[in-house]
Amino acid sequence: MKVSMFHLMPHRELPDDFTEKYKSVWVTPPWHELADPERIGQFYNWTFDELIHGAEMGFDGICTNEHHQNAYGFMPNPNLMGSVLARATNHLDVAIVQMGSTLPSTQPAIRIAEEYAMLDCISGGRLVAGMPAGTSMDANQCMGIAPIEQRDRYYEAHDLILKAWQSKEIFSWNGKYLQLPSVNIWPRPIQNPHPPVWIPGLGSLSTWKFTAKHNHNYCMLSFFGSQMGKRVMDGFWNFADEEGLDRNPYRAGFAQLVCVADTDAQAEKLFKEHIRYFFDKCMHVPMPWWGLPGHQDYQSLANGVRSGMALKQLEIMANFKNYSYKDFVDKDIVIAGSPATVRDKLVGAVKDLRIGNLMILQQIGSMPHELTKDSISLFCADVLPKLRDIWDDEGWVNHWWPEKLRGQRAV
Amino acid sequence: MAHAEVRDVEVWGGQARTQVLVGGDGPPLLYLHAVLGLTWDPFLDSLAEHHTVYAPYLPGTAPGDPDSHKAIEDVSDLTLVYDEICDALGLGATAVVGHSFGGMMATELAATFPSRVSKLVTLCPIGLWNETRAWSNPYLLELPELAAKVFADPAGPVAQAALAMPADPEAAAEAMIAMHWTMGVAGKYWWPIPDRGLSKRIHRVTAPTLVIWGEQDGLIDPAYAQDFARLISNCRAEVLPNAAHVPQLERFDVVAPMVKQFLTS
Repeated sequence: MKVSMFHLMPHRELPDDFTEKYKSVWVTPPWHELADPERIGQFYNWTFDELIHGAEMGFDGICTNEHHQNAYGFMPNPNLMGSVLARATNHLDVAIVQMGSTLPSTQPAIRIAEEYAMLDCISGGRLVAGMPAGTSMDANQCMGIAPIEQRDRYYEAHDLILKAWQSKEIFSWNGKYLQLPSVNIWPRPIQNPHPPVWIPGLGSLSTWKFTAKHNHNYCMLSFFGSQMGKRVMDGFWNFADEEGLDRNPYRAGFAQLVCVADTDAQAEKLFKEHIRYFFDKCMHVPMPWWGLPGHQDYQSLANGVRSGMALKQLEIMANFKNYSYKDFVDKDIVIAGSPATVRDKLVGAVKDLRIGNLMILQQIGSMPHELTKDSISLFCADVLPKLRDIWDDEGWVNHWWPEKLRGQRAV
Repeated sequence: MAHAEVRDVEVWGGQARTQVLVGGDGPPLLYLHAVLGLTWDPFLDSLAEHHTVYAPYLPGTAPGDPDSHKAIEDVSDLTLVYDEICDALGLGATAVVGHSFGGMMATELAATFPSRVSKLVTLCPIGLWNETRAWSNPYLLELPELAAKVFADPAGPVAQAALAMPADPEAAAEAMIAMHWTMGVAGKYWWPIPDRGLSKRIHRVTAPTLVIWGEQDGLIDPAYAQDFARLISNCRAEVLPNAAHVPQLERFDVVAPMVKQFLTS
């Protein structure tokens, strides 16, 4: 089992009247009213410190991601973060999990091949290469990609990056969206034939097919927790069976919000307001923006509407504002409580979803630096050791983890 | 009245197909629909009283054929595709009417193939861009917000009829899928800003042109009507009160005779 710490790098001090006063946390939040660059610099540095603290305390990997014009996460180039993290953890057996550079909106996409190869070199072969297609907000609204082109651009960028890493010959790329006359990137990655590739998704059949075709890792990155993730992951494993893929749990990844305190009561006291902040302010986005017309391919659109799931997901999100702390915890949207509570729930979720690569979000919304570090320390001391060997008795190899780090981490 | 016939056409070297609704009697008229999709509405009925109306689905949005947009990559490809559709239908010079996104494509066709288009009518066309003017991207709006921008009277009978979804849940789901998909396909040709270079080409339009706009259009500023009138050599602009982005239905009483008079004079 590999457990990584995920960070969004949120604005931690949005005002109390944020949701009433502003239309969205994403695309349109006014910087000059809401942010001070020196304070934001502090947030970036806390983000580094929290991830490095997690790495030192025992996490197997540390993750950053990419969003644009987004007050709940603004690492517009996650590889700037990854570069610092790679350098700072060179003494540790920790993967640098980039979840990651958004393929359709990074132009030209060959830059991702270069930057990821740099990270693999700097980290000594510890890179996990996340390849997200990007959200509607980022790719369509902020970066101007037509929604219907997003997936096609994604496939082309993926094929180009994989070829650019591996080709022994200089080649020309005459694609639909990219024309590069002489591809010969410097550097190339250490990992051979290339760093493991993780594909984030939310349950669309086309993403599963793509993942299966290339034998990449599939990971579900939602903030809806393990209970709601169960339907998607069951679907994924059924799909894997139909495709004749083995049930190696390391094929799959999952992101989960986790808060740990000494007791369940203490957890509620310490984390309640930050969970409230996250689901009220950080998820404050007009509903149509989550999936603009054309963002999904036709089959995914038709499946979602005909099954009623598209509407149901929007209803769930619209309902978050009515949830109490107890609702979030009972529904495992946030797994929070004492180390024993969190451990029992996480072990259950990991087995239930058949997940070999878990990503834990520990800094949530407005959570301050010291509280975040305390929660990380408790998780690493009292929860993480109980997760490490969950799949050991089945004997699978984690092909989707840097080869030099596949053994159990010594802390 | 409804269309009399559905005709299948194959164009673009066999890489694109679409369906064309055909109805009416008289000289040919090509009708290009907006991003919400093709519906044979009372305005098309009124056109069919004096013309034979050919209304193609935007390729990739005809029922049962969602992949037919794939080989058409941009607005210049699509302009050529519409020219080929006219050829496939056996049309020579033809009147062309387009609404919103269809208005942009109609103007593109008239600019690229001036002799193809005998007369041009556009209803609230997109295609020109002036950053000082208000515009609202309809893809970002919830349905009530969209209705309030598209209709001068969103609670009135015209808006309610246009926005009504089928009572049968399965039919409603299919209508929702079709609408979303058509918006998605159309987005390829205008996203993210509806300026695909028409301002460079519009001087080539020779067809006598009528641009009709609703004064209360909340999506695109009606001031663009005057830009079209200025940039097209033989163009008249009409901005109508008590109408927004669908003047042909909101002010059917005025627009239907106005278009008939323009096309038949």
